[in-house]
Amino acid sequence: MPILNKPIIFDKNNFGNGFEKGLNGRPMDIVLEIRESGLKGRGGAGFPTGTKWMLAATAVSEKKYVICNADEGEPGTFKDRMLLTEFTEELLQGMILCGYAIGAKEGYIYLRGEYEYMLSHINGTIQKFHEEGKLGKNILGKNFDFEITVRLGAGAYVCGEESALIESLEGHRGEPRNRPPYPVNTGFMGYPTVVNNVETLVTVPIIINKGAEWFRNIGTEKSRGTKLLSVSGDVEKPGIYEVPFGTKIIDMLDMVGAKDTKAVQIGGASGICIPKEELHRNLSFEDVPTGGSIIVFNKSRDMLKILKNFMEFFTEESCGQCTPCRIGNKKLLDGVNMIEQGKCSVKYLKELIELGRTMQVASKCGLGQSSPNPFISIMTHFGDEILAEHY
Amino acid sequence: MTDSSFSSRIPTAQQSLKIEKGAAHEIGGLVDIEINGKKFQVPFGTSILEACKEFDFHIPTLCYHDDLCIAGVCRICVVEVEGMRTLQSACTYPITQSIKIKTTSEKVRKARRHIIDLLLSDHYGECYSCVRNNNCELQSLAKEYGVDFYRFGHVKEPFYEIDNSSYSVVRDMNKCVLCRRCVRTCIDLQEVGCLEALERGYDTKISTFMDKPLAEVICINCGQCINRCPTGALRANDPSDAIWEAIDNPKKHVVIQTAPSPRAAIGEEFGLPPGHSLTRELNTALRMIGFDRVFDTNFSADLTIMEEGTELLLRLKAALVDKDPNVKLPQFTSCSPGWVKFIEHFYPDYLDHLSTAKSPQQMFGALLKTFYAQETGIDPANIVTVALMPCSAKKFECNRPEMNDSGYKDVDYGLTTRELAQMIKEAGIYLPELPKSNFDEPFGEASGAGLIFGATGGVMEAALRTAYELVTGREVPFENLNITPCRGMEGVREASIKLENVKPEWSFLEGVDLKFMIAHGTANAKKVMDKLVAGELNDVHFVEVMACPGGCIGGGGQPIPTSPEIRAARARAIYEEEAGLPIRKSHENPHVKYIYQKFLTEGPCSHLSHKLLHTHYTKRGNYIA
Repeated sequence: MPILNKPIIFDKNNFGNGFEKGLNGRPMDIVLEIRESGLKGRGGAGFPTGTKWMLAATAVSEKKYVICNADEGEPGTFKDRMLLTEFTEELLQGMILCGYAIGAKEGYIYLRGEYEYMLSHINGTIQKFHEEGKLGKNILGKNFDFEITVRLGAGAYVCGEESALIESLEGHRGEPRNRPPYPVNTGFMGYPTVVNNVETLVTVPIIINKGAEWFRNIGTEKSRGTKLLSVSGDVEKPGIYEVPFGTKIIDMLDMVGAKDTKAVQIGGASGICIPKEELHRNLSFEDVPTGGSIIVFNKSRDMLKILKNFMEFFTEESCGQCTPCRIGNKKLLDGVNMIEQGKCSVKYLKELIELGRTMQVASKCGLGQSSPNPFISIMTHFGDEILAEHY
Repeated sequence: MTDSSFSSRIPTAQQSLKIEKGAAHEIGGLVDIEINGKKFQVPFGTSILEACKEFDFHIPTLCYHDDLCIAGVCRICVVEVEGMRTLQSACTYPITQSIKIKTTSEKVRKARRHIIDLLLSDHYGECYSCVRNNNCELQSLAKEYGVDFYRFGHVKEPFYEIDNSSYSVVRDMNKCVLCRRCVRTCIDLQEVGCLEALERGYDTKISTFMDKPLAEVICINCGQCINRCPTGALRANDPSDAIWEAIDNPKKHVVIQTAPSPRAAIGEEFGLPPGHSLTRELNTALRMIGFDRVFDTNFSADLTIMEEGTELLLRLKAALVDKDPNVKLPQFTSCSPGWVKFIEHFYPDYLDHLSTAKSPQQMFGALLKTFYAQETGIDPANIVTVALMPCSAKKFECNRPEMNDSGYKDVDYGLTTRELAQMIKEAGIYLPELPKSNFDEPFGEASGAGLIFGATGGVMEAALRTAYELVTGREVPFENLNITPCRGMEGVREASIKLENVKPEWSFLEGVDLKFMIAHGTANAKKVMDKLVAGELNDVHFVEVMACPGGCIGGGGQPIPTSPEIRAARARAIYEEEAGLPIRKSHENPHVKYIYQKFLTEGPCSHLSHKLLHTHYTKRGNYIA
């Protein structure tokens, strides 16, 4: 499953000897290079990676951890699947470089339960690294030890949230923690922990090899570099694409062969629904951020059904811990069902949108804070169409 | 309370972020903050909730509880912090830099109202048919926020079956708001862990291992979860209907024994502040309700001291004189049924350390249907024995199959403080204003030593007063008999008394440093037990354990709410009442002397007392029975 367009940074030639180069320098050089590059987390939230690493690197602790978030669970995203199988070595390099940079000796790959079939491949690559002296004791003679362990998730969407992931990794029920404190301060087993997305970590050896300056020249001022997109839905060529940040949605749609597009769901179920009128907007942290999921809907699609699907997903996938998310999503789903049956008053619909806004600010974690997004954006943009159809 | 280092079994998500008060200044000193436009200073690490409490800004809470680690799950306490996109839960947010907080902005009020509306939409049950009517935190929140309609609907049918399986705790999950206080109580405060969240999303529920009935899982019946439940989702298994029926039946002779703790707390049910003892008003009320006799459990507490104290001295003799390798020391107290079930489940190989003496409740029950029946000529088949207890585990205890040594069920019903208060109210009685009256003969007035059984450390103090005097012929060397090392609320306490110039018959104890430990709350008991298992208690002789934090005054049948302050006030009331009593040593209780002269004529730990006043335990382990 290759990248369908011409890769920009995810080209094997771009890795060079970034790994060795990184380990030859001082740990802080890596942190500074990453910070200089402007790399932001590719999982969707877009926290500056260099800042995260700096916080972990400067934390005083006997133990630190690196965790690769490979719990790719956002509906419509599958780009990490490709990276995990085709850029496995580069991912391990990124984790080792991170460990070296922040002073960690152990790393974990939290692998989505459904990706169990990759386990032998990833473990084989880890074994190969051990044989090549790239993992274990005294890596490449640099007097630096690092181990990587793969742990499987058990199928909960919420475990993609970093603090829930850590809970799960510790053997507890996967539920988000209260923040602050953040994982860089109090993470796995209470120690400073960097949790990064697969794509972020694979990007690291590229930046070390090609330099921060090279990376900064791609993308926009606030969103440096490129984004891997998982494109699905009503398009001729679904699959994985790499685009520089700042790419207009409409240009991306042209590339993938989308016709009669009515709306694009960007960022998966927890993302937002962009209607036809707003396709000139661009993919970037400052405009339309995305973890990579692009689902395209053409004019034949019933937006209410799409919304119902999302709300069923959240009602089930909420961890059930906090009130706004646990009950709020159910109320939004009930509302969708009421609309479907023509039983939802306009007043109640407004009430539900207000509830959605409360959920956005009062939920405990990113799941509850973003789960009302599709309800609010679909109802805002397609409310008239939906009500016309069902009333 | 439990140490700040929480059990490793508690997810970090639920652990407190609290920085110890003293440490705050060392870490970063004071932080400038602004609450609703007013400027204040707080120690680094103070939570927003604590800061707001300190400066009298009311923040509603639901999942927060003074005794428990922080969860941050109900979200009712959200506040606005300037510069942050989302609202922050006040209970979880540690102040580590200068921030501006708004506690009543439109966004905050709307969010709180929505959260209450959501909770109500998912809460089945009507307030007027609920045991927690007028003492329900959800109800109070709805009132506080002026809820006058169900914005997001309301469940009309119950979804869960009520779990009535346990003698002690009834679970009605239709009323559960998933605040998880019970979960945190069970795992953190008590280290039992029989309650946990199951399923996910909207289907999330609090349940037991494999969703089994409570009676079939490892529950110690302590009822601490009930005391911390904000709604009526958890309640005690109420026997009052059966008791009314017995009272109304002229053939039945209904007697009640009242434990020391309920009297120090029942006033709270009638609106008094914590810390008022209503011992003798209660006696009057019980007679007005229709109990034929009112007895003081302190009598059998004194008896417990005689039996358990004698047992300890026998064990010491066996160990020191006879060098018997099978004798187990330290001896652990056995009057707390929650603790007994805890050790049966979690440390089944150490049951020989438990005193074989029954709890005061069960001793009394056995005597009522033997000695008392004999003295009064009443057929024990017609005697109904009720025990007023601060405790939900006592309900289980009286139903243990081995508790039939009188030939009948020794104690028919265990009644909690809350349930009795309800009966008194139902009878139209305002307890605090009743005239005082005494306990009935032949058990009469008991000693102060029996009274202080109600507070953690009380059994130890009572036992020491008697044992020391028995061995040395002198009173314990503490001012006014107040053995202060036994008192207080620290989770695990230990101290020792040196035995010197002992009486000739106790010469083997000359120079022995009698070392004792006290633990309350089974999380603390676990710490002691782990030391025992590790072989670190070889020099300890006697350990008092109470299952509930604070001892019986904090029992699972006591008035709700509970907090460290409330429990301290109840303990204070007990100690104050005790200081004024004429007899303060168990062995000086004339009724105890009488029973050893008339009935248990061979003395403590003799054949008959073993039959009626001692028991055996069950190795339960991780299996249910």
